[in-house]
Amino acid sequence: MNWRRTAAIGRKEFIQVRRDSRSLLIAVLLPLIQILMLGYGARLDADHIPVYVFDQEGSQDSQALLKRFQASRYFDVIQVVDNYPAITRAIDADRCKLGLVIPWDFSERLNDAHRTAVQALIDGTDDNSAQLAEGYAQAVVEGYSNDVQLKWFAIHGMSQQAVAPLAVDYRTWFNEELESKNFIIPGAIALVMALMGALLSSLTIAREWERGTMEQLIATPATAMEIMTGKLVPYLVIGLFDAALCTVFAVGWFNTPFRGSVTALFVTTVMFLIVILGIGYMISVATKSQLGASQYALLVTLLPTSLLSGFAFPIDQMPGPIRAITYVVYSRYYVTALKAIFLAGAGTRDLIPEISAMAVYAVVIGFFATRAFRKSL
Amino acid sequence: MSEAFSIVVDELVKRFRRFTAVNRISFSVARGEIFGLLGPNGSGKSTTIRMLCGLLTPTAGRVSVVGFDVARDPEEVRQHIGYMSQKFSLYNDLRVVENLEFFAGLYGVKGAQLTERIAWALEMAGLNGGEELITGDLAGGWKQRLALGCAVMHRPRVLLLDEPTAGVDPLSRRLFWELIHQMSADGVTVLVTTHYMDEAEYCNRLALIEAGRLVATGSPSELKRGAIRGDLLLVECAPLGRGLEIIKRQPGVLDAAVFGAALHVVVGAADRARAELPAALASAGVATSRIEPIAPSLEDAFVALAGKRHDLGATQ
Repeated sequence: MNWRRTAAIGRKEFIQVRRDSRSLLIAVLLPLIQILMLGYGARLDADHIPVYVFDQEGSQDSQALLKRFQASRYFDVIQVVDNYPAITRAIDADRCKLGLVIPWDFSERLNDAHRTAVQALIDGTDDNSAQLAEGYAQAVVEGYSNDVQLKWFAIHGMSQQAVAPLAVDYRTWFNEELESKNFIIPGAIALVMALMGALLSSLTIAREWERGTMEQLIATPATAMEIMTGKLVPYLVIGLFDAALCTVFAVGWFNTPFRGSVTALFVTTVMFLIVILGIGYMISVATKSQLGASQYALLVTLLPTSLLSGFAFPIDQMPGPIRAITYVVYSRYYVTALKAIFLAGAGTRDLIPEISAMAVYAVVIGFFATRAFRKSL
Repeated sequence: MSEAFSIVVDELVKRFRRFTAVNRISFSVARGEIFGLLGPNGSGKSTTIRMLCGLLTPTAGRVSVVGFDVARDPEEVRQHIGYMSQKFSLYNDLRVVENLEFFAGLYGVKGAQLTERIAWALEMAGLNGGEELITGDLAGGWKQRLALGCAVMHRPRVLLLDEPTAGVDPLSRRLFWELIHQMSADGVTVLVTTHYMDEAEYCNRLALIEAGRLVATGSPSELKRGAIRGDLLLVECAPLGRGLEIIKRQPGVLDAAVFGAALHVVVGAADRARAELPAALASAGVATSRIEPIAPSLEDAFVALAGKRHDLGATQ
């Protein structure tokens, strides 16, 4: 391989990206927009759930329970009503997600040590939010119920220590606040890389065919290997720049923790880019048209990366056959690595399985990519 | 290694599925010669030139350029050739100097030679001071000369030009041919395809190609002399079509064809025909306004030679 020829191709490619507003958009603006949208838009947790309350009793006890709902950051009690239909109407009109009904004999039964219940009406149109609302409501009510129990024991002369109920003290590692953005944003970098890398690389060869410059290029002594390397290295550099940009944004803007090693991030990103760029390049060689190539490239890279990589949908919750498929989805290894690097503080050594899997892909894709393009019309 | 010949084409065949684009073509081009492939569109000229620079693989036959077999050593061949494809495929979004630097890089031109060659190319193309212009904004003539400059960055020994003057104004075309002649004088072998008869006259030697077959080779004057056996008359008459019918039936007329608004008629003896033809035409109601002997052009030669092949094909 002649480095001078390769460098000439690389320089030309770089100038073309810089001068083509469409490519520039894909290279710089698209990653930023993507990370912002995913950081803000794709939140899976619910807070400030709007609540309507129908307090049939209006006692001190019922007010105490309501205060707990008020105090929780998950709920906003926005309206207290005095009849049941008002609550159902509010849910129908999407004014609230949760309707709380406190029965008229609430404090009486409570003080008689009877079992009592409050009714929660939950809007189930979005099952994820509904589950979260139910869980949070349960937690609030349980907390209240514990206090009531303890008070009752104290009044009846039992020591608090003796009767304190057993409680599990949860401690969540790696994403202490259980914030879904911390779960989403590291994986989003894989999405950015897949989109940017596949789009840009799928255009390179097709562009030469469409503009008629390929014939001239083939007639020069540059080898297929030099053409491929010269064309893809600029995109590797742009990709690494984008990864750095996304990381800075994730940490600086979204306060995502970054606990792992920068080297590991670099190594895994380079390998992922080799795979993505190789795929885009082969598609470009095969289709010879920019439009067709970019569509195929998105289909082959973005789709599996967003659905089957564990980026947003946890792999261990997928049904068996789908889970089996994810093992051949190369982006799964990168997403796993990214989450481990950002959240669990992983270094290169912790990621040997992921890095090995990606290395296999890089070698295989690289092998086929170098043979994909023949210098012939 | 062939001593005198820069390009040797031997029984070259190219078939696309069942269509034979190039049918057993053979010719040789001497060092420093300007060799033209002349033929109508779709006759196989571009296919031939593409096989010469290894862009297409021949179905059969052999091509050697500066002593290297194109099929076996394509990269070695490409090191020694400059190729200009039909649409002057430059990068339109690059600046003039960036295009030159790109091709210089691909051909391994470096150091002092690089600066010298770029200065030379700019001068040659008339683009001095226009280094920073975006190539896509250039007019046809400048683009064409810039493409030539890119193709010869590395001082190739052989220059292959595929329809280099298509879509270029007449003045730029003449300028371009002057450049080609200069390069040929410096020892560069030039092979050029064209369907312009007037351009073919600039070549030292020509190969006439029709429907994938080589019809004849020779210098322009050899072809003209060899093709026309007899005298050539220009006949202007009205109506033209009826005139052609009548003339073809006259004794002593060897061949007749429409050229523009007149007829070119090949006859055994010019004097006799000049005396007899107007009368024959008049008796059929065709008025003759002009009849005079002319020197045959390449086009006459081409029509005569291509026609002969058709006749041959019909009798066989």
